[in-house]
Amino acid sequence: MAFKEIDLNMGPQHPSTHGVLRLKLSVDNEVVLRVEPVLGYLHRGMEKLWENLTYKQIVPLTDRLDYLASLSNNLGYVLAVEKLAGIEVPKRAQYIRVVLAELQRLASHLAWAGFMANDIGAMTVLLYGFEAREDVLDIFEEYCGARLTVHGIRIGGVVHDLDAALVSRIRAVLKAIPKRLQDIRTLLDENRIWKERTVGVGLITAGDAVGYGLTGPALRASGVEWDMRKDIPYSSYGDFAFDVPLGQNSDVYDRYIVRLEEICQSIRIVGQALDGLPSGEFSAKVPRVLKVPPGEVFHTIEAPKGVLGFYVKSNGTDKPERVKMKSPSFINLQSLERMCIGHLFSDVVGILGSLDIVLGEIDK
Amino acid sequence: MTPFVAEFLIPLGKIAAVILYPMVMVVVMIWLERRVVALMQGRLGPNRVGFQGVLQPVADAVKLFFKEDIMQRRADKLLFNISPVLVMFSSLLAFCFVPLGEPIRIGTYTLTLWIAESPVGLLIVLGLSSISVFGVIFGGWASNSKYPLMGALRSVVQVLSYEIPIGLTVLTVAFVARSMDLVEIVRRQESSGVWHGFLMPVSFVVFWISAVAETNRAPFDLPEAESELVAGYHTEYSGMKFAYFYMAEYAHMVLVSSLVVILFFGGWLPPFPSVKALSFVHVVPGFIWYLIKIMFFLYLYVWIRATFPRYRFDSLIRLVWKWLIPLSLVNFLAVALLGYLR
Repeated sequence: MAFKEIDLNMGPQHPSTHGVLRLKLSVDNEVVLRVEPVLGYLHRGMEKLWENLTYKQIVPLTDRLDYLASLSNNLGYVLAVEKLAGIEVPKRAQYIRVVLAELQRLASHLAWAGFMANDIGAMTVLLYGFEAREDVLDIFEEYCGARLTVHGIRIGGVVHDLDAALVSRIRAVLKAIPKRLQDIRTLLDENRIWKERTVGVGLITAGDAVGYGLTGPALRASGVEWDMRKDIPYSSYGDFAFDVPLGQNSDVYDRYIVRLEEICQSIRIVGQALDGLPSGEFSAKVPRVLKVPPGEVFHTIEAPKGVLGFYVKSNGTDKPERVKMKSPSFINLQSLERMCIGHLFSDVVGILGSLDIVLGEIDK
Repeated sequence: MTPFVAEFLIPLGKIAAVILYPMVMVVVMIWLERRVVALMQGRLGPNRVGFQGVLQPVADAVKLFFKEDIMQRRADKLLFNISPVLVMFSSLLAFCFVPLGEPIRIGTYTLTLWIAESPVGLLIVLGLSSISVFGVIFGGWASNSKYPLMGALRSVVQVLSYEIPIGLTVLTVAFVARSMDLVEIVRRQESSGVWHGFLMPVSFVVFWISAVAETNRAPFDLPEAESELVAGYHTEYSGMKFAYFYMAEYAHMVLVSSLVVILFFGGWLPPFPSVKALSFVHVVPGFIWYLIKIMFFLYLYVWIRATFPRYRFDSLIRLVWKWLIPLSLVNFLAVALLGYLR
């Protein structure tokens, strides 16, 4: 085979770039020499758009950022605005938010497991992951009528109260998930092909991971214990006991294990939140036209993809002067080249999958 | 029987059958694969066209027939057009040499269930099935596009590597049966009473793994790895030309399954022929047994596909050169030695 170094465009229309990401690859035969992500194919001008909307109108638009975890985006934005406006959120609302956000994490990780396995060629896992995710989405549907772009968390609280019927339904779904998870793990965990494709692939040292600003499960897979829910608790996360799963080798396999462990931890958290659900209001009294006192705030949460931050600057009117989003997928993607160089072309797909990116969040 | 029937109509019928039989099997296989994979994954699969969706592959073929035939402006026209035909032709032609059952006697006339019986039938079938790799590399190269080119290169390396263990294991069968004639190989299994698959399990396993790899099927489907190379060597093909590649892949699977059954599992012979309690096995025609066995191996293809992730290229090549080839060499020596001592 006598060709040297060709440029290969992967995307924007490619089955495994998870949307409209374009990667400019330089490959020598199949060995990757350079990777350059080209962004912007899904750019909708979100941040500029928000400057012309009221604080409350922005919330449904945050659904469209990371569309696999819309509730987490809601939560991140809403918490920032509440911090700026000084709104006190009732304890019950905080607990319901935790339930919703953790269910969302579950759904996001289950979808991820499916996508990732499908990228490596195990297509059955895709369906297993999605089947489990469906049940979680059904809960969202029953809660507020939407499945994907949920818009369940509002400024001041949540949209509905959790009634007893829904609580028992959530418990039933959570009970069924470990078994479905076990199906996935039986297919993959000790599978020789799966391990050959993932162990030792996409390595990044803990120092580099921190240096690149990697967050979320990808960071924790390299052994750095950094979880906003534990380190800077928000929305009453301090009330719950849960572990932060860590990896050691920082390869694709560890990222897979860490995410599956996080699913189990999320189940734990939701169970505790449902058990200790305090009585009271599910939303604070928020004026119909919310005017936020001048000032600026930056607030971060632990979204399924990593640390999600919102910077909100107010000029005293009902519309923000500027909203800036620190999206975890965007920052995690920067480390892709570091992980891919020297690996085979097939591994780019697996490494990209292991980072769990969503283009809605990257291009905003 | 008049000479007109014997020398004109029957050969004509056979020629029609050798085209129809693989096509029917392909349709069945495509349907089977979709339905079985769907059931394994907890969904339904196609179930609307015809009974339980059996006509879905036909509907798809009709749809593809009406699709626009797109060719890259700078593609190599001759090679681009010839390669789907080459792939299809080599699979179909090989079926001429695949026997389907014992000859049937009608009066004085003997109807053979094959078109050609050759003393080197095994070699011809293997040779024809490897001609399809030319179709793949021509198609990938003529598309003048990078993904198909990479798919074609992978395919060539893969098919050529995996042909070595196939050749070596087939040699053991030819050695034990003392023949390369496919009909003769089955007859030897009848007279010796042991199917080669049980006599030489290592040969069977190596042959089966290599055969899955040679048909470019999961977990060895790297040349057309969907998540990496979009569709591999046939990315640029559309319409009926794409359908040719698609059908040829399934025809190849049917061919390989037929070969496994003939070489290792007694072709059309019924199982347990000497057990009295199971004498009904002789009532069922040989052709039915043959089909049942083929369907089992086709099912195995589907099962494997639904279970395993895809190999990476380096581990794929490592598997064949470090494991399968040495194993088949040792196996060949062992079979030869044991055969000599006996």
